[in-house]
Amino acid sequence: MTAFPSVPMRGLDTVWFQVSGSVCNLACTHCFISCSPSNRTHAMMDAASVEAYLEESERLGVREFYFTGGEPFLNPELVPILAAALRRGPATVLTNGTLITARRAGELRAIADGSRYSLEIRLSLDGCDAASNDRIRGPGTFERILEAIGNLAAAGLNPIITVTEACEEALGAAGRAGLLERLRGLGLARPRLKVMPLLLLGAETERTRGYREEETLAGTVLAESDADALQCASGRMVTAGGVYVCPILIDSPLARMGRTLAETLRPFPLSHRACHTCHTRGLNCRT
Amino acid sequence: MLPLDSVPPLGPGRVRADAAAGELFAGAYRRAAFFGGIYSNYLALRSALDLARSLKAEAVFALGDFGAFGPHPDRTVEILRSRGIVSIQGNYEEALSTAAGDCRCGYVDPRDNHYARLSFDYTAANTAAGHKAWMGTLPRHLRMTLGDRRVLCCHGSPRRVNEFLWASSTSDAFLRKLLDDSQADLLICTHTGLPWSRFLEPEDGRGRRSYRGQRSYRGQRSCRGRRGIVNVGALGRPANDGRTEVRFAIVEAAGAETKVEFVPVAYDHARLAAEMGNEGLPPEFRETILTGWWTTCLEILPAKERAAGRF
Repeated sequence: MTAFPSVPMRGLDTVWFQVSGSVCNLACTHCFISCSPSNRTHAMMDAASVEAYLEESERLGVREFYFTGGEPFLNPELVPILAAALRRGPATVLTNGTLITARRAGELRAIADGSRYSLEIRLSLDGCDAASNDRIRGPGTFERILEAIGNLAAAGLNPIITVTEACEEALGAAGRAGLLERLRGLGLARPRLKVMPLLLLGAETERTRGYREEETLAGTVLAESDADALQCASGRMVTAGGVYVCPILIDSPLARMGRTLAETLRPFPLSHRACHTCHTRGLNCRT
Repeated sequence: MLPLDSVPPLGPGRVRADAAAGELFAGAYRRAAFFGGIYSNYLALRSALDLARSLKAEAVFALGDFGAFGPHPDRTVEILRSRGIVSIQGNYEEALSTAAGDCRCGYVDPRDNHYARLSFDYTAANTAAGHKAWMGTLPRHLRMTLGDRRVLCCHGSPRRVNEFLWASSTSDAFLRKLLDDSQADLLICTHTGLPWSRFLEPEDGRGRRSYRGQRSYRGQRSCRGRRGIVNVGALGRPANDGRTEVRFAIVEAAGAETKVEFVPVAYDHARLAAEMGNEGLPPEFRETILTGWWTTCLEILPAKERAAGRF
């Protein structure tokens, strides 16, 4: 059997929280963990358990926090959780935006202003019109996302618009330029954009395909710089059910590394098919 | 007080190199000046050297990125070399001395990389081979003492030459780890182009730590504390605040206090912009020099730093 390369743990820079479990108010057709209103694979986290991991993270020298789901704003304690994180370091929340009302945007502005660290809001969009976006994110979502962008902009917040490669405009320089122009038209004077490759997992396997036999890192020798670039060399994902190696592999039991963060600060074999995407595409879920 | 340009800041016997670690031990001081990225702004460099002398800095150190952005990169290097300014490599010196294909600035957005490419190609084409070779001889880190504080100087962070240490994205926990890992009390760095400092307090006994305070240069000339970080900003371009002055830092150990002063440097910025135009550098770069607002390489900024600028 061919060996998989192992990635070292350089230090716990980034701690992710699966803060709303796998529950989402949308059911996007490219979701790599198939989040939906009925997906209960991962439970929602409460503020007390998040707090315990925040404290452990701090003892381990953490640099930054990320919050994702599911849809994080389904967690009724999300805003206080973000505020608690922002007392300790910079925080980023990944959201579909559909629950960001004007009032919620105001709350986010208040906790952002109350911290010396940055709060980043990463808002997902999959096209510059309803037809392309709603095909992936669901009917009516484009309008709701525009409303969220407007609410955030009115509150003086500048979200990072995250687009996957399922959005054709995101491919190529001309497409990106057009996308940025459209975002300006949507009220973002200084549009920020992150383009993400797709992971051939979960719902995406139905929309396109799963990983092929040859898409594996078996037998690959990792250069040190390649290993350092992988997010599993410097981050971990906290869920209600324990700590996983990264935000992508939470549906893989082999990727659960322990109950505490300290237990997980060890090398990890890149045996999952999705490791191929991170390695070959330079995918990093961080901003 | 001897003039800075007549006495190299490091005399024989005060210098000790640890080649394996890429480190140089640079001596013991009480009050020293630190220059961040110069980015070929040789006019600001000249003014800053005069200022450092008048402000009674015992020595001047340059923390890398001598080229980039501005015109005639050799002029900056010639000043540094002729004055014997003790210098470390930034990502530019690392890239130029190894004939790397790009600046290794650490940007991730194509918009940032577009301008980084223009800047690097111009600088690489206009830096003499002998200066590139000299850059390859520079250490990556300097160690020194300021009073009884152990100081580590680096370009980006102690662990990576191109790691950005922004005020709003550097947690206390991470800062403490960097200091512990590098066995230092004070970390002095640049790379971001924005000056800031922060000092930590020791544990308060309850497992949590509080901080003494964080200061940007705005309205604050010094801060107090013992263990912390000083990002010295940059001499090469203004601090994205609508002012045309650039900045360097003077750090002084004064008993239990560490005083940090971010010194504004006025210089002939109109002349620099004109020379940039003559050299065919992008008008966006000239606009930054003339207005004090960053116009390029903005996507790397965290939310707070981005919101503080105009673009």
